[in-house]
Amino acid sequence: MKNNVLIAGAGPAGLEASAALQRLGYNVILIERSETIGGHLARWDRLFPDGESASAALDSLIEGIWGVKCFTDTEITSANRLGKSFNVILSNGIIVHADAVLMTTGFDLFEASKKEEYGYGIYDHVITNADLEAFFRNGSDPRINNPSRIGFVHCVGSRDEKAGCRSCSKVCCATAVKQACEMRQAFPNSQVYCFYMDLRLFGRHYEDMYLSAQRDYGVRFIRGRVAEVSENLDGSLMIKAEDTVASAPLKVSLDLLVLMAGMRPSVSGARIGSLLGLQSEDDGYFRVMDGILDAQRSTVPGLFLAGAATGPKTLPETLADARAAAVEIDKYLSVTFPEAKDFKQLMRKGW
Amino acid sequence: MVDFGFGIVPSSRINLDLFDRAKFEALATLEPDVRKCMACGSCTAVCTAGTFKATSLRAAIEEIQNGREKKALEMISGCQLCGKCFMTCPRGINTRHLILSIVKIYGEEK
Ligand code: SF4
Ligand code: SF4
Ligand code: SF4
Repeated sequence: MKNNVLIAGAGPAGLEASAALQRLGYNVILIERSETIGGHLARWDRLFPDGESASAALDSLIEGIWGVKCFTDTEITSANRLGKSFNVILSNGIIVHADAVLMTTGFDLFEASKKEEYGYGIYDHVITNADLEAFFRNGSDPRINNPSRIGFVHCVGSRDEKAGCRSCSKVCCATAVKQACEMRQAFPNSQVYCFYMDLRLFGRHYEDMYLSAQRDYGVRFIRGRVAEVSENLDGSLMIKAEDTVASAPLKVSLDLLVLMAGMRPSVSGARIGSLLGLQSEDDGYFRVMDGILDAQRSTVPGLFLAGAATGPKTLPETLADARAAAVEIDKYLSVTFPEAKDFKQLMRKGW
Repeated sequence: MVDFGFGIVPSSRINLDLFDRAKFEALATLEPDVRKCMACGSCTAVCTAGTFKATSLRAAIEEIQNGREKKALEMISGCQLCGKCFMTCPRGINTRHLILSIVKIYGEEK
């Protein structure tokens, strides 16, 4: 008997965990709410810190799930505990008897229009980090019109009690620095400003990227949160902040403003979570058994978590988390369903 | 004494030894939000009084903790209590009450 493992969400975490569990000899059923797999990665162009291609990374993740049963456009309609397992009904009518469930439901991008003072959707030249990635992918956006003065606003919808999110989204400082350099490549005569409160560039090669932004691209880093944006008569934007290093209020006219929208807990993930009896913390992300020693296990036996479902993570962190979850699930199934062991041992000998 | 050709002026260096901890604790009791500032500068950027006179709640909070109480009071002396900084503060600080509390604790000697 092969154990069934149901994985909800076919972003990077779901794909990587599917591949790993499939290799361990489990019967993996991967479901995805939207029409395409790959999550946010499918809409990104290049990845920090080294500028790797997002679509190449996604392609190799997809290659790994060969043999996995993958259903797109599919959601969980209901879920019940059935002994040690779960009885899960999918929106496509299929009923899955899952011995373990892995939640890789990821995150939603903060809706930038909620920060009204930044004018997203109101002013002509205000875009988000995701819009800019789309521009890099397909080369056109009516809001980006050969800009010569470009600003990046860090922490949009993050570290902001007024936006209902106290925590840091972790990836947007690195994304802003990456995109600032890319804009200088795309528009060599432009002047680029990054408005930050703290620069969180913590990983390997990240500081090099920061240094390169300063030295090779002349990006100007201003320590102050953008407080107000208005539109001038000529369509350019007026930005107000405090330069807290100089200790003086500051204004600057820009042709393009890029909002670094942060990560929010996935709304549809939360819906599935409540069907399965998962708990969330105050920040909206799912609670794990132990943040250090048991970070892939939920408080419900047989229910596991990986990736941004348990808080903001970089892509490599998400992939590592997914692999760790696969090992944890294997451990759990081997103990909980010892009768399935023989089959797995046979499978593994065959490698 | 050797004449170096210049006079001694008070040092512009911040001296944390001058920080009055007991007074700050009194302020924090009156308005605990004073500890929540992350120095983002939004309050300064939006300040209506700032158009006419250098006004900065961020700087005031900083100067208090640097033991420069007079300077701190200066940075909020133009405040009209309009509340714009309260609207923008990402840490949700009760800025007007904080400003009034600062004046109450540090303004007495004047
Ligand atoms: S990573 Fe940087 S931009 Fe993103 S929320 Fe954290 S501090 Fe702000
Ligand atoms: S309340 Fe005072 S400090 Fe705050 S914005 Fe208004 S005038 Fe400026
Ligand atoms: S807006 Fe709030 S957090 Fe930012 S500097 Fe002013 S008081 Fe501090």
